[in-house]
Amino acid sequence: METKTILQEKFAPADVMLDLQKLKKVYPTPKGDYVVLEDLNLQVKKEEFITIIGHSGCGKTTMLSMIAGLNEISGGKISVLGSSIKGPGPDRGVIFQAPSLMPWMTAMENVMLGVKKVFPHGTKKEKEDICKYYLSKVGLDGSFDKRASELSQGMQQRVGIARAFAIKPKVLLLDEPFGMLDSLTRGELQDVLIEIWNKEKITAVMITHDVDEAIFLSDRVVMMTSGPKAKIGDILPIEFERPRSRKAVLAHDDYYNYRKHLIDFLEH
Amino acid sequence: MKDSIIKVLRFIGLGFFEPVVRLANGEDSKKNTIEILKKIVAPLASILLFIGVWYTGAKSLYNTEANYKIEKTLKDQGQAEADKVKACIESGDPSCQPNTLPSPAQVWASYKVLLADHKVISADKEAFKEKTAALNEKRIAQGKDPITYTGRPSFVDQIKTSIKTVFAGFLLALLIATPIGIIIGLSETLRTSFNWLIQILKPVSPVVWLLLVFMIVKTLTKDSTGDTSFVISFISVGLCSMWATLVNTAMGVSTVDKDYLNVAKVLKLGTFQKIFKVILPASLPLIFTGLRITLSVAWMVLIAIELLAQSPGLGSFVWEEFQNGAMDSNSKIIVAMFVIGIIGFLLDRIMLTIQKFISFDKNEGI
Repeated sequence: METKTILQEKFAPADVMLDLQKLKKVYPTPKGDYVVLEDLNLQVKKEEFITIIGHSGCGKTTMLSMIAGLNEISGGKISVLGSSIKGPGPDRGVIFQAPSLMPWMTAMENVMLGVKKVFPHGTKKEKEDICKYYLSKVGLDGSFDKRASELSQGMQQRVGIARAFAIKPKVLLLDEPFGMLDSLTRGELQDVLIEIWNKEKITAVMITHDVDEAIFLSDRVVMMTSGPKAKIGDILPIEFERPRSRKAVLAHDDYYNYRKHLIDFLEH
Repeated sequence: MKDSIIKVLRFIGLGFFEPVVRLANGEDSKKNTIEILKKIVAPLASILLFIGVWYTGAKSLYNTEANYKIEKTLKDQGQAEADKVKACIESGDPSCQPNTLPSPAQVWASYKVLLADHKVISADKEAFKEKTAALNEKRIAQGKDPITYTGRPSFVDQIKTSIKTVFAGFLLALLIATPIGIIIGLSETLRTSFNWLIQILKPVSPVVWLLLVFMIVKTLTKDSTGDTSFVISFISVGLCSMWATLVNTAMGVSTVDKDYLNVAKVLKLGTFQKIFKVILPASLPLIFTGLRITLSVAWMVLIAIELLAQSPGLGSFVWEEFQNGAMDSNSKIIVAMFVIGIIGFLLDRIMLTIQKFISFDKNEGI
């Protein structure tokens, strides 16, 4: 079977969660402006999980941090549910590449930091229950009161996942969240992530270098061209049923077609 | 039990006793004996070596000085007088001993003399207190100041005064330098605007600070009859020592890991929360490094400042002994030197322990 790709699909405005229009990013350098991204258009539907792959340095992380509001927009527009974003905010949760937990806080306190901000009027018990719920969802029962610095890298990233989901963002941004982990832990955490995502169905945009991870997790894989002036090169819809099991995905005939398509793009 | 002892020892920076505890519990005797040799016996051997060098050096200085004295007498007053001086030196009579670097044994003897002296003065003080207790009560009832002991302070009293002064100075440095450091650390503009001033004031010598403080305090306390020397010395100590904390705090605050700041941004924490939940805890290790340097600088300059400000304490003790020029003055100065060194070491250990207790960075410091 041939895999089919769709570069520009138009969605009904009511279905769109995240909309990037003619996005542009320019870094001024002594030798003149360096254009990282230009004319980048991307729409992400509600309850959709997309992954972004591309060569290192093509501007994936720049794009993600622009969506998060941590990096200024040089041109074009980013909107969430139709309204333009202004700076960072808890409606866009971020899971960073490094777990970025506060090492002096316990797992619980790290999650609580965001929860307190988003549910300022809840009672202490309610807020604690939210933290506990998400921490146990990512498999950290019994480690609530451990300091972040005492947890392993993989455990820390679990807390990072719990922290991002606990603030119930509209969009979840993941910047190669498992890039620093060994392959065994990475697999475990992919399962943790997809399990909690299946329940919450938060629109997610994830950067990855791992083709298998992209196919397993996402509804569409967005391929970015190499910079400078990077934009969307191709989009590959992954049409596996959800919820997915790793075993079923690997056994599926289309899996290798998808894989081949993505690797062809990257080696191109 | 064993594990908790080891934990406490490590915590207070005395981790080198660990193999002793393990050996006493009958653990792996070969490995722990080697550890003891490495961590306790070798440092002790180095101290013995130091004392040996000191002893030999002091002896040769003593001989040089004694020969010079004998030769001088021989030249000026003839053979008979020279023989007399020689006999006098050999007999150990304190009146004709050469005045030079004292030997370890002399220093130890002076240490005991100082302790005995402290006991006598303490007893004296106690007696004075008992004698004046009734009178003082009456005076207080009448609204007059009570009579206080005005006799000579003992060596231990001097140490106490010095520690009091250094803590007052350290506290002053802490109260001035940390808030300013945090504020200028947070704002790039303030940092650049104060940078020159800080860089210029930082290397100013303790002596100059003392004079500066003296100028100001003298004018401000014109009418008061109280003891200004303590005020002058602790403010000078604070001003001399606060720079390390100021610079370290500003640096710690301005170089907080970008990841933490991004988290704070994404969660849209308020300014207050951002400072107290993220920036301050993240910069605590550097702030504490600054505070440790501040405390050791404070202790170091204290001696010089006390010496110049003529406020009581170890510094003035050293100076008085030097001026005094009595037979055992030199060895008393050396006793003070060791006491100063050991107290400085203990102060640093205390800071390290507090740092480990408060800060998230559990690395064992040096």
